[in-house]
Amino acid sequence: MVILIVVHLNISVYTHCMQTIPINTYNSPTIISELIMRLKIKDVMTRSLISVPMGTTMREVQKLMREKRITGVPVVDNKRLLGIVSMDDIIQALDFGYIEEKVEDHMSSNLILLDEDMPISFAIKYFDRYRYHRFPVLNKEKELAGIVTTRDIITRLLWEINNEVDSLERENLAVASSEGISLEHQVYPVRKLDFENAGHASTEIKKTLKQSDLFPRTIRRAAIASYELEMNIVVHSNGGTITAQYFPDKVIIIGEDTGPGIENLDEALKQGYSTATEWIRSLGFGAGMGLPNVKSVSDDFSITSTPEKTIVKSTILFSENEKKNLDKRS
Amino acid sequence: MVTIEQVQQKLNLKVLTMGEGSTPISSAYTSDLLSDVMANGEEGGALITIQGHKNSVAVASLIGLNTIILCNGRLPADDMVEAAEEESIAILVSQENQFTVSYKLAALLGLCN
Repeated sequence: MVILIVVHLNISVYTHCMQTIPINTYNSPTIISELIMRLKIKDVMTRSLISVPMGTTMREVQKLMREKRITGVPVVDNKRLLGIVSMDDIIQALDFGYIEEKVEDHMSSNLILLDEDMPISFAIKYFDRYRYHRFPVLNKEKELAGIVTTRDIITRLLWEINNEVDSLERENLAVASSEGISLEHQVYPVRKLDFENAGHASTEIKKTLKQSDLFPRTIRRAAIASYELEMNIVVHSNGGTITAQYFPDKVIIIGEDTGPGIENLDEALKQGYSTATEWIRSLGFGAGMGLPNVKSVSDDFSITSTPEKTIVKSTILFSENEKKNLDKRS
Repeated sequence: MVTIEQVQQKLNLKVLTMGEGSTPISSAYTSDLLSDVMANGEEGGALITIQGHKNSVAVASLIGLNTIILCNGRLPADDMVEAAEEESIAILVSQENQFTVSYKLAALLGLCN
């Protein structure tokens, strides 16, 4: 693998030729914000590095650069990063005649280092602020763990965004094909991490139920079940649908998604168990109450989950008195 | 019976949208977890929280809360106020924290014995 490393102390070299990465955590679409918070630098960085120990001469590094076609080499002492010899340093050495001298005397040692556990949003901010193309990355033990480049980040983001667009396209197809369903059967698409429109399906279902003479308690139970199922799709899945089926004696609410599935069903039904990220928790979700809430308001509850599909079905029965009311009306 | 308007005046709350100001507030629930609010909030009540985004309005509307009191001077996203206007839910802001707002409101509602 070819590794390129350049660390310039002269920042102005790059300022005129590099654009900032146009995404961030405060005004990018939700999916992007979540993505750059969730992905860590260690998920995108290049790990296999060519490095040299102290005592190596600048000449040897120059040869290494030519052979391996790289433009910078880290100098390490027992995995500890001491500095980086860049192409610029080599040119200076040739110019000023110290190419035979040792790297520790002429390497760039005033480096900006990143931590491998930082989210990539951090790296993006640093790339924009300092205009370097790459940063050395350290692990918890402060050892050199890799190098992260703008290209690493952009490639991974494009890969993730491709997946997102792909699933959006498939969802749109699914919605188009579900049109023309009778009034007794409503289907609402729910998108992954779409907090903007979250709650729409539940609100519509509540409106429909309110038009009948159902008891407020029953409507509330249906609203709770549909909202929690809807939020589960938003928070945990790749996207899916909420379906409401209306019958004379009950309403059935079905949350269906296209993966990635629930790994431990028993745990997921316990209060307090959650796989949500910190960011989602900060919005007030992911407290591990969703499925237990649905279960507690349902007269009948079922769940099946595979990595391709999770289906949760909640049935809410109407009481005898409610049924009488409904009969009178019709 | 204490109305939204009375609560707003007595607790010195900033009005972002008034909802139906003359409606009474019957109870309140204090939480930042929306599933918790969903499970335990009562119709006709107020929500005391720091969650200043649209999803709080969705939850309030679904279970019939008529007021959201945002604490610690939190200012919500613009789309939250718009959503609340549509649903006729009041959004009021307090400079105080959830605990303080809760006991003051409890006293006002006559729930402290």
